[in-house]
Amino acid sequence: MKLHEFQAKERFRAYGLPTPRGIVAEDAEAARAAYTELGGDLAVVKAQIHAGGRGKAGGVKLVRSADEAIEAAEGMLGKPLITKQNAPDGTIVRKVLVEEGLPIAKEYYAAVTLDRRLEVPVLMVSSEGGMDIEEVAEKTPELILREPIDPVQGLPDYRARRACFGLGVPKAQQRAFGAVLKGLAKAFLEDDASLLEVNPLVTTTDDRVVCLDGKLSIDDSALGRHKDLAAMRDEGEEDPTEVRARKAGLSYVNLDGNIGCLVNGAGLAMATMDIIKLHGGEPANFLDVGGSASTEQVTTAFKIILEDPAVKGILVNIFGGIMRCDVVAQGVVDATKALGLEAPLVVRLHGTNMEEGRKILENSGLKIIPADNMKDAAQKIVEAAQ
Amino acid sequence: MSILVGSETRVITQGITGEYGRLHTLACREYGTNIVAGVTPGRGGQDVEGIPVYDTMVDAREKTGANCTMIFVPAAFAADAVEEAAEAGIELIVCITEGIAALDEARMKRVVTAAGARMIGPNCPGVISPGAKCKVGIMPGFIHAPGKIGVVSRSGTLTYEAVWQLTELGLGQTTCLGIGGDPVIGTTHIDAMQMFQEDDETEAILMIGEIGGTAEEEASQFVKDHVTKPVVGFIAGRTAPPGKRMGHAGAIIAGGKGTAVEKMEAMRAAGIAVAESPADLGSTMVEALAARA
Repeated sequence: MKLHEFQAKERFRAYGLPTPRGIVAEDAEAARAAYTELGGDLAVVKAQIHAGGRGKAGGVKLVRSADEAIEAAEGMLGKPLITKQNAPDGTIVRKVLVEEGLPIAKEYYAAVTLDRRLEVPVLMVSSEGGMDIEEVAEKTPELILREPIDPVQGLPDYRARRACFGLGVPKAQQRAFGAVLKGLAKAFLEDDASLLEVNPLVTTTDDRVVCLDGKLSIDDSALGRHKDLAAMRDEGEEDPTEVRARKAGLSYVNLDGNIGCLVNGAGLAMATMDIIKLHGGEPANFLDVGGSASTEQVTTAFKIILEDPAVKGILVNIFGGIMRCDVVAQGVVDATKALGLEAPLVVRLHGTNMEEGRKILENSGLKIIPADNMKDAAQKIVEAAQ
Repeated sequence: MSILVGSETRVITQGITGEYGRLHTLACREYGTNIVAGVTPGRGGQDVEGIPVYDTMVDAREKTGANCTMIFVPAAFAADAVEEAAEAGIELIVCITEGIAALDEARMKRVVTAAGARMIGPNCPGVISPGAKCKVGIMPGFIHAPGKIGVVSRSGTLTYEAVWQLTELGLGQTTCLGIGGDPVIGTTHIDAMQMFQEDDETEAILMIGEIGGTAEEEASQFVKDHVTKPVVGFIAGRTAPPGKRMGHAGAIIAGGKGTAVEKMEAMRAAGIAVAESPADLGSTMVEALAARA
């Protein structure tokens, strides 16, 4: 689950990490008031959307007067901001963060994420702050330093020091810099983050170290023990269909094709998308109903698939283990009747109680096309959807 | 022989009194697995269809001589259950539970490793050795048959699909294991490859991977360097768009890395016969065996 920058910075402050003073505004008048309250000449108005690449897209503006603050806020609020990451539609900006400007000495990069090979979180830092880090990783990988984080103890002092020396942080700033790195590791661990990124992490001309930006994503599997963080979810940033699917316990991702898929298990769901494509079709979605879906969940899954106007046919591919084929078959029949489904429907059932399941489909009187195996199913649905 | 589980395996179920724990424990016992105990804290002294329930893992292991545990404990408490099993001296920990926080996984993996135990999963269907009639997991037993193929996969139902194709073509299995699709897992593709290579009874290996991470690339390198048996591979997710998580926490193409195409190329470069279609998992194995004979 992604947080907004202003939320990430709230979390950073909870761990004693320095951030610029800032105020969230939802309209231009509030942006003006925020500028005045901050009191300095220079301020920054930043669009609060989840997608990265805001700066280049015009979502970050330096302002030097209340009028400029109003103008910047008006230019962003209520309008779509289209960045490299959310193109082509962009995201409507609903909030801006107005922050004090700082006398920046140097920009660094810092991030924490789980390293799947080391199986621990790892701190990544670079002297190339403010840049597109993927570009740095590709062109000058030696400029990204990595320090493993102990999942219980956090970042040891010596690794924080080693990172500071490696980055060439001036002596007067090393103590504060090391403390920030340790704090980022602590925030990552205690908030069960999946990604924490500060780009740039800056030093100021008066030797402060400040998280100028903040990106924080929380591990979905850990939200149960972080009610406060779960409450920060902004569903306005998410695909509404994906939100509904999640609430129904389904895993759904919308794709560009015209063949809807309903499958149990993530691996089989991906393989089903793949085989549709191999036979000349295009999948309209990824949909995993999970290991033990109920009749209601199957109905919800059908509804979600059918809401996509591009869908010209549906392929149901179930390999029953925990999930019984007769339960799925009943769900398919109920949903088809309830929704008055007209698009071609190919159903492939295999595994636990498959004979009972096939009988339910046969006796339903519905125009369901049965398939014997994945290849047969893919061929039939691609042909039927044409 | 088989790998990981066999006729010597004596199994405890942690979380045996929950709905799924009970259901699958009984299904395993019916398949032939030697289920010796269950553990649910606070339910010690009870029994589930004749299977004695204990409060603690130490107690259960000492009373029954168990060497394996199958975990159905809810995600919030599963890491604790894994660590309790490791500390109790259980050799093989099969963690079925899905939705465990990644940092809990990182912590429990260290405890398991320090105890010298092996973990399969979490978020996996488990492991089955059909010849020994030993099933420690949630897979449907009837699709398997005793034979000479080893199967390792990151997926659940896609593994069933693969196994069924093999069985239909008359290719039974030594052992099939699902290693799980989470970011931190106990047993990797490489571990499984090594065990299958060392197992005399296993004649060929089917490896099923997914997009995301670099586990399949590393396993391919291992196959190239150390595996002399025929290996067939498949990668799910060649149509998945970058940046979108496909159900499994690990199944995401990030920063342009972890694509199906890269993984399939790595497999081919290692001499692995790659099935283009998920419908051809069994037939590709038949061809690979014929080519070797």
